Amino acid sequence: MTIADSPAGSARLDSKVPSGPMSERWSKHKFDLKLVNPANRRKFDVIVVGTGLAGASAAATLAEMGYKVKAFCTHDSPRRAHSIAAQGGINAAKNYKGDGDSVHRLFYDTVKGGDYRSRESNVHRLAEVSVDIIDQCVAQGVPFAREYGGLLDNRSFGGAQVARTFYARGQTGQQLLLGAYGAMNRMIEAGRIEMHTRREMVDLVKVDGIARGIITRNLSNGEYERHSAHTVLLCTGGYGNVFYLSTNAKNSNVTAAWRAHKRGAFMANPCYTQIHPTCIPRSGDYQSKLTLMSESLRNDGRVWVPATKGDQRPAQDIPEAERDYYLERKYPSFGNLVPRDVASRNAKTVCDDGRGVGPTGEAVYLDFGDAIRRDGRAAIEARYGNLFEMYERITGDNPYEVPMRIYPAVHYTMGGLWVDYNLESTVPGLFVLGEANFSDHGANRLGASALMQGLADGYFVIPATIASHLAGRVLEDVNTEHDAFAEAEANARGRAEALMAVNGTRSVDSMHRELGNIVWNYCGMERTAEGLTEGIAKIRDLRAQFWEDVRVLGDPNTVNQDLEKAGRVADFMEFAEVMFHDGLTRDESCGGHFRAEHQTEEGEAKRDDEHFAHAAAWEFQGEGELPVEHREPLSFEEVKLTTRSYK
Amino acid sequence: MIQKTGHGDMKLTLEVWRQAAPGAPGKFETYEVDANEHMSFLEMLDVLNQQLVERGEEPVVFEHDCREGICGSCNLTIDGKPHGPRERTTVCQLHMREYRSGDRIRIEPWRANAFPIVKDLMVDRSAFDRIQQAGGYVSVNTGAAPDAHAIPVAKQNADMAFDAAQCIGCGACVAACPNASAMLFTSAKVSQFTLLPQGQPERERRVLAMVETMDEEGFGNCSNHYECEAACPKAISVTNIARMNREYARASLKRR
Repeated sequence: MTIADSPAGSARLDSKVPSGPMSERWSKHKFDLKLVNPANRRKFDVIVVGTGLAGASAAATLAEMGYKVKAFCTHDSPRRAHSIAAQGGINAAKNYKGDGDSVHRLFYDTVKGGDYRSRESNVHRLAEVSVDIIDQCVAQGVPFAREYGGLLDNRSFGGAQVARTFYARGQTGQQLLLGAYGAMNRMIEAGRIEMHTRREMVDLVKVDGIARGIITRNLSNGEYERHSAHTVLLCTGGYGNVFYLSTNAKNSNVTAAWRAHKRGAFMANPCYTQIHPTCIPRSGDYQSKLTLMSESLRNDGRVWVPATKGDQRPAQDIPEAERDYYLERKYPSFGNLVPRDVASRNAKTVCDDGRGVGPTGEAVYLDFGDAIRRDGRAAIEARYGNLFEMYERITGDNPYEVPMRIYPAVHYTMGGLWVDYNLESTVPGLFVLGEANFSDHGANRLGASALMQGLADGYFVIPATIASHLAGRVLEDVNTEHDAFAEAEANARGRAEALMAVNGTRSVDSMHRELGNIVWNYCGMERTAEGLTEGIAKIRDLRAQFWEDVRVLGDPNTVNQDLEKAGRVADFMEFAEVMFHDGLTRDESCGGHFRAEHQTEEGEAKRDDEHFAHAAAWEFQGEGELPVEHREPLSFEEVKLTTRSYK
Repeated sequence: MIQKTGHGDMKLTLEVWRQAAPGAPGKFETYEVDANEHMSFLEMLDVLNQQLVERGEEPVVFEHDCREGICGSCNLTIDGKPHGPRERTTVCQLHMREYRSGDRIRIEPWRANAFPIVKDLMVDRSAFDRIQQAGGYVSVNTGAAPDAHAIPVAKQNADMAFDAAQCIGCGACVAACPNASAMLFTSAKVSQFTLLPQGQPERERRVLAMVETMDEEGFGNCSNHYECEAACPKAISVTNIARMNREYARASLKRR
């Protein structure tokens, strides 16, 4: 597909962004929205799929308001959602440090950090509610780091020149999630949330075009279950595991989002993936996942490689003058705290140049020597102790004595299901929250913004915007005897039975790993039209092979982890093709989407605002068919479109 | 780009608990597996499962997710020790360099009446959720919070509350305890809120309700073995149990 035959902006994509001054839009919108009378809320059933930060905060808040909530998670407990693993922190425009932060600055940094590919109004709203999130979490008893005076401490993250990141040692996601989990537990105890653990959503049910329920598979006994409601909220996270190796938890997947996509929800910007610069490098072919080292480490750690190619000396034997602190050299004003996409690409460049370190040559140093000499070991241990320990556990190296070795790894996905300003997808009544939607981070997410977005969507946005659907539409009574439920259940059963029936020779994991290699090689840190085209052919071959040769053993009516994985990998095999197609169509570089054909002389991403200042939302056309592209033009009224510079 | 060498390769014999369903009879099966010292323990089990699938045998069910020591899913007792030989380490963070080629390793799930086995190495830990539901929170509706700086919290208390709040809910404390007590788990949450001003309004109600639920769920009592702290991957201190006991006594007296 070329630009010439790409479709123009589609009438079906109405972002519902309010008019008026940017800083008043969210208030105005909330006032303009219809309300559901508190006494009527108990008449509405709300399904929440996923219990990470977005899902748990939404479920708790909606239940507090009086809605009848049914929540679902695949884990044995909602507390285990992958939000738990977020390390570094959460941004908020509190300006507690008095260093000139404001809602406008957080908004500006996030739009710029996203390389001008996010929706301004959403980002502004995010910055506005960021301050309320911190208040809420502190009131819940989230033990954020504090100073000796008893007030909250902050640190800096990439892409910002102020300290606005709140944190709980290196376990901020854990503490925030446990706060939201507690809020949910309170509502479960009160009988206002019906919690279903070990359930996987396997299909979305639409009645008269509106999302009215889901089909789940009970992972303990294989039973298929029907659940009806007045609205469905997907809070099911990102699709990073399409790469097989990523920092995501092993069970994170695209299945709920993908199956909703097949029922009519458009998938937006799937090629926007975030490669995090500071992860522990791979060590072998058996590797099952990659481990992130928090970006907060770049506050004190200095990134370097040997100045000359093939320098095999141990780090400590390389004198200062023969080291290349390439981020500090190239980006003097942001230094080691450049945004993630920039830091990752630079690591790849120096490694491709033959200056990478470690046994594989795919690593750079993150060195705390200077910080330890300056502040003392105790100070560094207080800041990063648990991260250093985690590094030591995995690598066997002691980072207090030798520099860490790090390399970029897939971490987060900015793309996701398309949603309007109300977080409603193209399927009426289906809302998408958190990483599962596409809305706030554009082509690159800044550090400490994922936790902010998940909680903003769940605690503050959806509780207001859900009324647009519940009070705004006439919703007939629907129960699970409706034909649409029978059809969806049969569809989900059929897919699982087909997987069991293949009875081939290859394990699910081996084929997932092969898919991951294709996606990493052709749609990873650097993409080309040629590579993406070649990748699509390879994905199609592999998908065909999968359905001929996969081997899923065991009983489908007990716990069957291979069957669970097989269903998810089958969806990744379909999803990957849309991701590549999106990357091929987006014939520019922006943020995490680096098309090698489009770069400046200095090797930075070169955007094409004239042709690509839009979100691309893909409509499903059938398995193996090319999806149809719809575009939402992005206008930049407050933040002027400029070339991003961190020099 | 990954270097393939024979360096660090090892051969192991595993004895793995296999059980088809809840209540079904289970037994240890013996497997030979080729591993490498750079693998994590769970990657070694991945290799075993790959071998089993290739042979047409059903793979071993085990719980895992984040594989970075924070989600609390993994729950293996290795050679009698919950989470294996290395202290303050979950199974997923345990690496095979702790073992030598030729080792024989016995792997079983948590053993506790309150954690019934679901299949193979997977257990049902929903009792933990029910303890939390009884009171492991501050009752504050969204949007009703004062400014975060309205109430300063002494750094020392915030740090201690954090230390307690680090619990990952894995259940190793229960598995390690000769009485299968959940006192460390329950006391960690009680302590977190006892140490913070936000926890004060519900201080008595919380501890009474959580302890009551803990007892109802069939967990045993604490008789000061301290095996829980030794097994805890987050090194949650037994001083939390002492604090909970004080809180419980105080709340019981106050309620009278």
